[in-house]
Amino acid sequence: MYTQGLDIKTGDTSVPLERGDGQLDRRFQAKIDADEKIEPKDWMPEGYRKTLVRQISQHAHSEVVGMLPEGNWITRAPSLRRKAALLAKIQDEAGHGLYLYSAAETLGVSRQELIDQLLAGKAKYSSIFNYPTTTWADIGAIGWLVDGAAIMNQVPLQRCSYGPYSRAMIRICKEESFHQRQGYEIMLTLCRGTAEQKRMAQDALDRWWWPSLMMFGPSDKDSEHSAQSMRWKIKRVSNDELRQKFVDVTVPQAEFLGLRVPDPDLRWNAERGHYDFGEIDWDEFKQVLMGNGPCNRERMRARRSAHDNGRWVREAALAHAEKRRARAAAAPVAEAAE
Amino acid sequence: MSEKDWPLWEVFIRAKSGLAHKHAGSLHAADAQMALENARDVYTRRGEGVSLWVVPSAAITASDPEDKEAFFEPTGDKIYRHPTFYEIPEDVKNM
Ligand SMILES: [Fe+2]
Ligand SMILES: [Fe+2]
Repeated sequence: MYTQGLDIKTGDTSVPLERGDGQLDRRFQAKIDADEKIEPKDWMPEGYRKTLVRQISQHAHSEVVGMLPEGNWITRAPSLRRKAALLAKIQDEAGHGLYLYSAAETLGVSRQELIDQLLAGKAKYSSIFNYPTTTWADIGAIGWLVDGAAIMNQVPLQRCSYGPYSRAMIRICKEESFHQRQGYEIMLTLCRGTAEQKRMAQDALDRWWWPSLMMFGPSDKDSEHSAQSMRWKIKRVSNDELRQKFVDVTVPQAEFLGLRVPDPDLRWNAERGHYDFGEIDWDEFKQVLMGNGPCNRERMRARRSAHDNGRWVREAALAHAEKRRARAAAAPVAEAAE
Repeated sequence: MSEKDWPLWEVFIRAKSGLAHKHAGSLHAADAQMALENARDVYTRRGEGVSLWVVPSAAITASDPEDKEAFFEPTGDKIYRHPTFYEIPEDVKNM
């Protein structure tokens, strides 16, 4: 999902897969099995802490980088209503990034460290944000599909075993539903419009469908850290299960729009009670995640220049705070009299 | 590349008058005034509150979870602090 990078086989052994067998480990696991939450200062295995830092920071980076493809359309939104909604949605995503960085910081990493990792190209974020937004219909498709997939993933994360992450997810989920609805409304308007508008909507679905399915990460059989994460209740539902659920709820929504899902193998399987669907192009998925998607370089360039161009603001704020502190210390009486 | 982080603040929101302020999350800001403004923008975008507190995270003294048992243990055996400890016949009303 927003943290697909975690599941990829990298030969990374920094996160031990086996269950620890020390007394502390056993007590920790018993707590998790009893559905108790883990809070920042509680004892936790190093692997649990490391996995969480990686998962939460990847999630945070995704929220932040995710603003770029949509930001592309703020100045070109077709009406004031759409513009205000899009701005509000993107502002929410910035907030989501902040909640998540804060949750990661409770695990003993600094915000600066995490941002440096992203800007140095050492951290991962969701593959979905490396695709271009070439028409206004893409904004509709992103809200409907991308935020829809995010909701599917984030709802079970509200029950994550780590308290600060779980609380951040609860806040985020409350805000997400407007995101999906505003996207679907855009699609609906286009589909009820002229033939050309409807073609735009279909074209957006054609381009966003498969990347949206990739958001759920590799298939369970290729998902290396899943078992441990499930045991720790850092992950609550498997990638394939979530993907199936997403397909099952989204196909009828596409039908309502009168759009065709670009998958020749898609059909209802009455026996399973689910849609069958075609195989994802895993090669494309890996390429995008490794940095070779259509927009990876552009996204990183935009993040870096935003960070560099904002430096003087961050420094000025600190200098201003320092000056006020010094002034207050120098003239406490005058200040009080004011 | 690394620069100085703005200090960390904890944010508390009073949802409506009559309720206590409740911890909502944290954020970085250069000073208290900017922390308040950022908290308003991030944590109260949908009418979540009528009052905000921001407190420097470094100013909070917390109990140690390692000592949880020893620290909170003294109340464990004082069941006479609870109303159910006292036996009153069913017939006695309004108590
Ligand atoms: Fe989000
Ligand atoms: Fe969203």
